[in-house]
Amino acid sequence: MTAALAENQTRTDAPPTGSPLPPKTPRTPKRERAFDDVPRWQIYLPLGLYLLFTLIPFYWMLLFAVRPAGSTSLVPWPMTFEHFEKVWTERNFGMFFENSMIVGVCTLVATTGVALAGGYALARFNFRIKNAFMLALLCSQFIPGALMLVPLFEIFRNLQMINSLGSVIIAETVFQLPLSIILISGFIKNVPVSLEEAAWVDGCSRFRAFCAVVLPLLRPGLIAVGSFAFVHSWNHFLFALMFLSEQDKQTIPVGLNTLMGSDSVDLGALAAGGVIAAVPVVIVFAFIQKWLITGFSAGAVKG
Amino acid sequence: MAQTAAVAKSPPTVPPPRRRTSSTPRRLPYLLIAPAGLLMVGFIAYPVLSVFYYSLQDYNVTKPWKNGFAGFENFTRIFTEDPLFWSTLGFSAKWVIVQVSLQLALGLVLALLVNQTFVGRAVARALVFSPWAVSGVLTTTIWMLLYNPSTGMSRYLADLGIGSYGTSVLSDTGTVFWAAVLAELWRGVPFFAILILADLQSIPKDLYEAASVDGAGRMRQFVHITLPHLKDAIILSTLLRGVWEFNNVDLLYTLTGGGPAGTTTTLPLMIANTGIEGHDFGYASALTTVAFVILLFCSIVYLRLSKFGGDRT
Repeated sequence: MTAALAENQTRTDAPPTGSPLPPKTPRTPKRERAFDDVPRWQIYLPLGLYLLFTLIPFYWMLLFAVRPAGSTSLVPWPMTFEHFEKVWTERNFGMFFENSMIVGVCTLVATTGVALAGGYALARFNFRIKNAFMLALLCSQFIPGALMLVPLFEIFRNLQMINSLGSVIIAETVFQLPLSIILISGFIKNVPVSLEEAAWVDGCSRFRAFCAVVLPLLRPGLIAVGSFAFVHSWNHFLFALMFLSEQDKQTIPVGLNTLMGSDSVDLGALAAGGVIAAVPVVIVFAFIQKWLITGFSAGAVKG
Repeated sequence: MAQTAAVAKSPPTVPPPRRRTSSTPRRLPYLLIAPAGLLMVGFIAYPVLSVFYYSLQDYNVTKPWKNGFAGFENFTRIFTEDPLFWSTLGFSAKWVIVQVSLQLALGLVLALLVNQTFVGRAVARALVFSPWAVSGVLTTTIWMLLYNPSTGMSRYLADLGIGSYGTSVLSDTGTVFWAAVLAELWRGVPFFAILILADLQSIPKDLYEAASVDGAGRMRQFVHITLPHLKDAIILSTLLRGVWEFNNVDLLYTLTGGGPAGTTTTLPLMIANTGIEGHDFGYASALTTVAFVILLFCSIVYLRLSKFGGDRT
């Protein structure tokens, strides 16, 4: 308490001009505790129970992936990587991994690029079909991807894109776009127009001003949107199942489904395949985790 | 919100400089939305229209001689001759309601918990949210390993004297529903927890301080400050999630395949089976149209009943 007061005192002394503004009273620990006095066990107990529910399934998969076939041990020791080797080469997961990566990265780039353009238009201009466009974006959220399978299949067959990764990339991008545009236009609105205008006055073109001024400030938002696009296309199953029938074009979720569909499921291989499927999204998730909350509060729910 | 703040800050008398805009072509915004617009017209609007068109057709690749205009035949077949439609519709409703309410309840509790300050909060948040990034097929993979009758959880539980050996929760009509619910909950709860936590952080702390000065306990603070503030976020996220749970077939398709004996078939799963395996595109399109209308109707009713965007207390 006294320390806080003393610190406060030096702060008021600091500006030599002696501004008449009264210093903000620092929140004392006592008042903080008045509304934040939850006993620790009431946090740790339910949280611990929920963590068990979350983590046991992950542990179970890891356990099956590294313990030798036939073992019933509950600890992953002795450890073996035979399942990984088998699934990567014999079960083609090496190729599936590559295909999934291509789909994920291309969807990320396409979605972010197209959504940046659209989001900028929505955030910075008033134009005649703006409201109609917004409405179309929102309505498209209600259209089930699964129910579009048949017409989309026909379109891609006419375009002769069946069995090409391009069909999945286009389909994923299209279904990612509406939410991405809404999110990005929210992020752009948060960047004051005056910053851009200052750059125009300095002789920058609109495009250069955007690249130099707005784009750097959008970094957290772009990371969030790009990661959503990557994670969703990495995870998506039905489009790949429908549009890619050749084995060397398939993606990881389809590969997992094939493993599960066989008559005698090789659980070790299945678990190892699951781990391979999980690693990229876990890395992306760990990377964006802290932006996830702010990204949502800035864009999604507030509109 | 941030934008209005920025506008308010700038002096109101000076009009924003328009030097550049005069030289920017008027069609710039149209050029900017063109790529998104074209993609959405080609790959969303056109397929939707073709679904409506096919719903009035007999269209089956395995029976090309019968193809042609069918009028409302497909629709009368759905409502009068297809008992499967009504049972899958019932299951869809049950699935959506159970999933959304349980996910919301658990997600809310979880968000309130990780919104507190405690040691290890950052790690706890990351771990608790992690299933959010996991796909439906991967969820199935993981829970298949857990539900496996010979080497799954039941074996170890039986070792402890709980249940019996060889229990297969996925092939028993009595347990399959809750087995699927549990797997989907595992992956679905983080979505609500993340959205609600984001909204919780926008509640001004002063409100709680004022309330506790006035002697309101934690429960009353929750009911009178937290819940009203979260109202719109809850309505919107439950709606989005409801639509998503209705439409998404990844998990049920791979975990139960709609079985055993069709007991876990949702309407979209039935459509996928009719279209992909039965090749009856006309009938699948009619089912799609019906599903779409039901979804739209339920969404509008839900938004009306919940008074979305109404006054906050």
